Parts: sequence; C-alpha cells; structure tokens
Amino acid sequence: MTKVMGLTGDEAVAQAAKQSNVDVVAAYPITPQTIIVERFSEYVHNGEVDTEFVCVESEHSAMSACIGASLTGARVFTATSSQGLALMHEMMYIASGLRLPIVMAVANRALSAPINIHGDHSDMMGSRDCGWVQVYAENVQEAYDWTIQSFKIAEDHDVLLPVSVNLDGFILTHSTEDVGTLEDEEVAKFLPPRKPLYDIDPEKPVSVGALCLPDYYFEFKRQQAEAMKNIPRAMRRVNTEYEALTGRKYGALDALEMEDAEAGILCLGSTAGTARFVAKELRERGKRVGVVKLWLYRPFPTKEIVDAIKGLRALVVLDRACSFGAPYGAVCSDIVSALSQSGAKLNVLNGIYGLGGRDITPSDIEAIFNEALRIAETGIVEEPVKFIGVRE
Amino acid sequence: MSVEAKRGWMSLPIGGVLLEAGSSVKYKTGNWRAFKPVIDHGKCTGCLLCWIYCPDSAIMRAGEKLVDVNYDFCKGCGICASECPVKAIAMVEE
Repeated sequence: MTKVMGLTGDEAVAQAAKQSNVDVVAAYPITPQTIIVERFSEYVHNGEVDTEFVCVESEHSAMSACIGASLTGARVFTATSSQGLALMHEMMYIASGLRLPIVMAVANRALSAPINIHGDHSDMMGSRDCGWVQVYAENVQEAYDWTIQSFKIAEDHDVLLPVSVNLDGFILTHSTEDVGTLEDEEVAKFLPPRKPLYDIDPEKPVSVGALCLPDYYFEFKRQQAEAMKNIPRAMRRVNTEYEALTGRKYGALDALEMEDAEAGILCLGSTAGTARFVAKELRERGKRVGVVKLWLYRPFPTKEIVDAIKGLRALVVLDRACSFGAPYGAVCSDIVSALSQSGAKLNVLNGIYGLGGRDITPSDIEAIFNEALRIAETGIVEEPVKFIGVRE
Repeated sequence: MSVEAKRGWMSLPIGGVLLEAGSSVKYKTGNWRAFKPVIDHGKCTGCLLCWIYCPDSAIMRAGEKLVDVNYDFCKGCGICASECPVKAIAMVEE
C-alpha cells in the first residue's frame, strides 16, 4: 500500500534508511547531506528505531565505525558529501576490500577550492575507483527507492560490496516532492535481516584485515572485480522484485525515445529530468532526439548503454565533473571506451556542465540537442569537449 | 615462492578473511631477515632484556636462562643486540 508523503531528498533517504531497519548508523554532518543524519538522529531519540547511532568526530571515523559495525554482521548506513567523502577516501577502499555491504547516501557536491556547497559530481567521481557500486537518482522518489534496493543488492552473497546512492546536492536533497513510500511491513518483507557471510562466533574465530603480500593481494582484487561483474544479475533480481511491490521499474539505465532517435543526450542524476522535458518538446516539433539516463555508473553497464545508443548518429555525454587533463570527463571516457570495445561508430561530444551548482536550464539543454542534431547531420565534431554555461 | 603453487582467487575466502585461528604461526617471517642475531653464550648473563624487548617474541627462553633465537620468526631488526648490556649479541649478515 503506497502512502504519499511530501519529503525532501534528504528526508526521503532518512525515511528509507529507517524502514530498512539498519542496525548501525555512524555519520558526521555536512551540507547538503546534514538533514539525512539529523532526521535519523531524531528517529533514534524518539525511539522510532533501535539503531545504534554513533556520533563520530569526522567522516574518516564515520566510515571506520561503519566498517567495524558491518564486520559484526550488522546492516550499516551512513551519508556524506564532498569534503566528507574525500576524507573517507582511504576507508572506502577498506570497506570494499573487506567486502562489506555498507550503504551510503552521497549528496553530490563540489569540492573546495574555491569553497562551494552546491551540487556537482566531483565528489563521487573522485572516488570512482574505490570499488563501490554507484547509483544516481534523478528525483526524490528515486533516492528513496534506490536506498531500500541498495541494501538488498549490497547484501547479496554474489555481490557483498558497498553501495553509494547519489543524489544531487540541493537540487534533490532540499527539494520537496511527493514520494510514494512503502509500509514498514512491506519493506521488512522485501528486506529481511542481513545474513552475514561469517558469523561472529567465539567457537569459530576468524581474522579479518590480515596482511596480504604480493603472493595473495592480487587474487583478492580479482575477486572484487568478479563481484562487480555479478552486480547486474543481482540488481535485476532486486529491481524485478521491487517493481512487483511498487510498480516502479528500475534498471541500469532508462532510455527515453531512443528507438528512432538521431541525436541523444546521456547524463546522470537530476539533469535527466530537464533533458527529458526538453526532448519531449523537441519531439513535438519533429526533432528525433532521445535521452539516456544512467542509474548505474559503477559497474558500468557497457552492453546496455551500447545497445541504447548505437542507433544514434550523434551523442552528447554530459559530465557534471571535470577530470582535469583527461581527454574527456569521466562518464564520457567510459562511453567512448564502451563504443570502442563494441566496434560501434558514433560521433560523441562531451559537455562539462553545472560545476559548483551552476544551473543547467531547458534552453541550455535545447542548445545541446541542436548541437547534437547538427553533428548528426554533418558528422563533424568541432571540439570534442565543450564547457557548457561558463563565462569566457 | 611460486605463485602457481598457491590457491587462485576462486577458492580463496571472500575479502581476505582467515577462517582458521592462530594461522600466523605458519607464516614464517624469518626469511625477511638480512642480518641475524648470534648470541655469545660466554658473555650472556641471562638478564633477559633481549627477551623483553624483542617485538616478535623470537627470543626463546627456558626458565631464567636465555636459550636461543627462533630464526623462523626473527626478522633481524637488531633491537636485541642494541639493548644487550654486555654486548653478547652480534648481528651477522645472512
């Protein structure tokens, strides 16, 4: 039974974590994530949850406490953003290396300097290779839905990897939307208590975090690579079950009007909403444009993306982070690699946009579609990377 | 050590967990050593300062009398030689 609640992105994530019956939350406040842990601490104070809430002195400690808690077999949740995520960086490798199914909401925000508290994807893109699964929400409903689903994906014994649920700072974290929420009992049935791989049992002691020298380390990294490969299958199972419960369909990506599109935009997060709005308007004017929204960025759903975009004549990949000195932004580099691997030929333009919370408007998106249509017609990409919406 | 003779990633416990307690006894760290401590039993007074200071518990003793170095685990750090008040321990290149 769906109950519609007016929630901000942060509140929706807190609500989802509460209903997911997490055993331990260790977190440190940082804008624009703060409301997630604020709401959660209220649940603890009001006795609405029996979660152990650990107030720590930094994000490094937050992730460290989450790792320790997760090793005991607990279901663990945390949330952070920007500088906080950067401070967690080394512990994130330990969470994934020890194969701990921690779920973390990341309110995506720019990194200092210059100091800025607004939304872009620089934080999570900087943690791209930490071995965490990355999903991106387009709106508040998706942030709620992905949080609940992420526990089930992370805790699957074929996976056992930490998952980050990304939501655009302020654009989603502080916007109130109608959110269809599940009843507590429905979530409890969907998400039974975690079954850890190794029990804490004094009769059967184990050691974790042991030294692995050149003779063993590589094998454990190979195991991690394999666990990432297992994500799509595990995710499909979870998405299917969630759809049966809610009627809401999730997957690695969402393709809009891509069947006969000539020109497309591929992006992550809330920008997909604007792109879809503009694409529908352009369709009414007879322009054959489409949008691919990536829900899953790590592991990269190579095959699904290539299948979705290979019929295009031009694609603009939007990156809300700058990989300084790289040939493209991070997402576009992966797209070009995926195309190269598949042998598909497609003209690609990379748009770097929205840094530090700079708005991307429908007219910006329309100009991008028009550029993509021009490339589709001429086959000429004048400059491979464009900075969109910046003053010269 | 040959990499081929060891278990592959498919058969190793997930996340590098050691399922057997006390397994470090099997991990002989003595082959890290470049210099080995050699005790001159003629000079040794049995004060056991080396036994106290050894960070790897690699000095073996029987009762109050110093016996020998456990070369399976001695990493050759030289702390015993440095601490010995009568200079009864020499560090000899392996």
